[in-house]
Amino acid sequence: MLQFAIKDCALAIVATGRRAQTLREMRSVLRDVHPGSIYHHFWGTLLRPQPAEREYNNDFASWCSQSLHDAPAAERLAVIDPARYSNIEDLRQELSEVIDERLDETELMLFARADQQFHFARSVTVVFDTHKVLAHPRELVDALPQMSVGSIFYHFIDARKREPLRRDDFQAWLSGLGSEYAGLIESIAGIDPYFESLFVLRNRLSEILARHFGETASAKVERPGPGRPRVLTP
Amino acid sequence: MSLETRDQELLARYAEHAGLDAVEQLRQLADRLTGLKVVHVNSTRRGGGVAEILEAMIPLMRALGLDASWEVIEGTQDFFACTKSFHNALQGKALQIPPDQLRAYEAVNAENAKRLRPVLEAADVVFIHDPQPAPLLGHCAVRQGKWIWRCHIDLSHPYRPVWKHLRQFLLGYDASVFSLDAFAQPMPHPVFLIPPSIDPLSEKNLPLDPAAANDVLGEFNIDHERPLVAQISRFDRFKDPVGVIAAYRMAKEYVPSLQLVLAGGTAADDPEGEAVLKEVREAASDDSDIHVLSSGHYSDRTINALQSAADIVLQKSLREGFGLTVTEAMWKGKPVIGGNTGGIRLQLLDHRTGFLVDTPEGAAMRIRYLLSERHRISQIGQAARELVRQNFLVTRHLREYLTMMVALTHGLEDRIELG
Repeated sequence: MLQFAIKDCALAIVATGRRAQTLREMRSVLRDVHPGSIYHHFWGTLLRPQPAEREYNNDFASWCSQSLHDAPAAERLAVIDPARYSNIEDLRQELSEVIDERLDETELMLFARADQQFHFARSVTVVFDTHKVLAHPRELVDALPQMSVGSIFYHFIDARKREPLRRDDFQAWLSGLGSEYAGLIESIAGIDPYFESLFVLRNRLSEILARHFGETASAKVERPGPGRPRVLTP
Repeated sequence: MSLETRDQELLARYAEHAGLDAVEQLRQLADRLTGLKVVHVNSTRRGGGVAEILEAMIPLMRALGLDASWEVIEGTQDFFACTKSFHNALQGKALQIPPDQLRAYEAVNAENAKRLRPVLEAADVVFIHDPQPAPLLGHCAVRQGKWIWRCHIDLSHPYRPVWKHLRQFLLGYDASVFSLDAFAQPMPHPVFLIPPSIDPLSEKNLPLDPAAANDVLGEFNIDHERPLVAQISRFDRFKDPVGVIAAYRMAKEYVPSLQLVLAGGTAADDPEGEAVLKEVREAASDDSDIHVLSSGHYSDRTINALQSAADIVLQKSLREGFGLTVTEAMWKGKPVIGGNTGGIRLQLLDHRTGFLVDTPEGAAMRIRYLLSERHRISQIGQAARELVRQNFLVTRHLREYLTMMVALTHGLEDRIELG
């Protein structure tokens, strides 16, 4: 049987020195900013301080809402699903088009406060092997609640960029093991990763796995919500 | 007790606070850096945020197998006068630094370099903290490792002539680290963004028995049975202590039993501090429920007690870098009402782990709200503690340092796969 090697990752955030105070400036920087910056502002946000439920799922949309107070721009940018683009340049193009559309229809140029500019950053992802290997999907029941959020990010979020079918690593592994896991794959595919923190994603995955393999989910994992200590299985 | 046992115990204690997964992640990252010689250099062994962080960071790095050490440069009066001026100018104050002080700055670094050169040139990674020891790099011609300038200052609007002078000493570094993107300046090398942190094992942040906290309140004639709001911060206009009193007065109209404690000091080299303290005393003079504690040097335990005993903690700054008192209070499960500025906007999630406010009126409204909906105090406080646990403990800070060290030694590619 194919094995599942648990990996972990950590991000080093690097400033690009580029910034924007208006939507037009953002559009201008997006033309040639480092591709890693676009990835970072869509995905890296998940590894930074954030509430359990986010209003917007990428930094561009959040900034338009919180600093420019431009709700239409925020909503249109928020609806962009980065996993649907096969490469960063296509994603860059889509971002630019959405912003251009908004610029075309607005007469007023909205400015962010000087201390609320958008700072373009990029991340260096360091991936490392935890030396933990799972031989059977059932082992995920115990392993998932123990995984760091870095591991969840790597296998559930980052995988969509690496994997040819843009699936998470769990689905990819299970689909290689035959049809008996079709139901489980469908349940995992039903989780939308863009609206919840990595902690909540870990809980939801754990619950699905525990339910599938007949364990009691509530005994293994915490319920979503801030402030509650995580229960670790021994 | 063997060194190994002591290291394992230290890691276990951090795991109790930060979580097993956080410590396990540190172990795995550190596995790739075992034996690496890492030297931190700053200008003071005691006092201030940098020393506090290094006190926690060095033992933690050693426990993870790195060969970490901490060196402190020794300076003269002129040297420290110069670096204090640097500090103010880099935060935007227009001032001229006398040439003899600038000469003292370079001479002190040259003198310290004679002593530190062997250690620094042999190190794999050198962290130079803030402007004080920045010129050391120029005195270590045959250095082997990566040199990182760690800036703890808000450099968003520096006084340009002083920044230009300092910058010449930084050009040869391999990387810089700033706490926030907004604080950074363009550099000819990679600029990493790593927020600071607090140490859950320090005297200031360890859980304190409520009875012990009440005893401390008693020392200052504060009634532990009545609601208490506190701001623990220097008497500095940017911390807006007079605005805090105004907010307290507005809230007290609705909560007559409310008490306020303003605790802090004035920096010896801050001539405005005494003036601000005088204004605060005048503003508070007609109300015995306002406690102005100004001796300046309160023990970590006293600060812990005041933060722990308060129902709500304020940090109503008008300008703030990274307010560690905000994070300390949140770690104690307190909702924080913070000024909508600088690093506080990153530290505090509005409406979820506290409230961001722009005016005394805003602060007063949030105080009233929390004291009338007391279940929200514990609810928000719990969320605040969890946010700190996940993001602002020294374990996260060290994880980012280790990640940066790996990134620097692997050429800063977008993705580095370690075996």
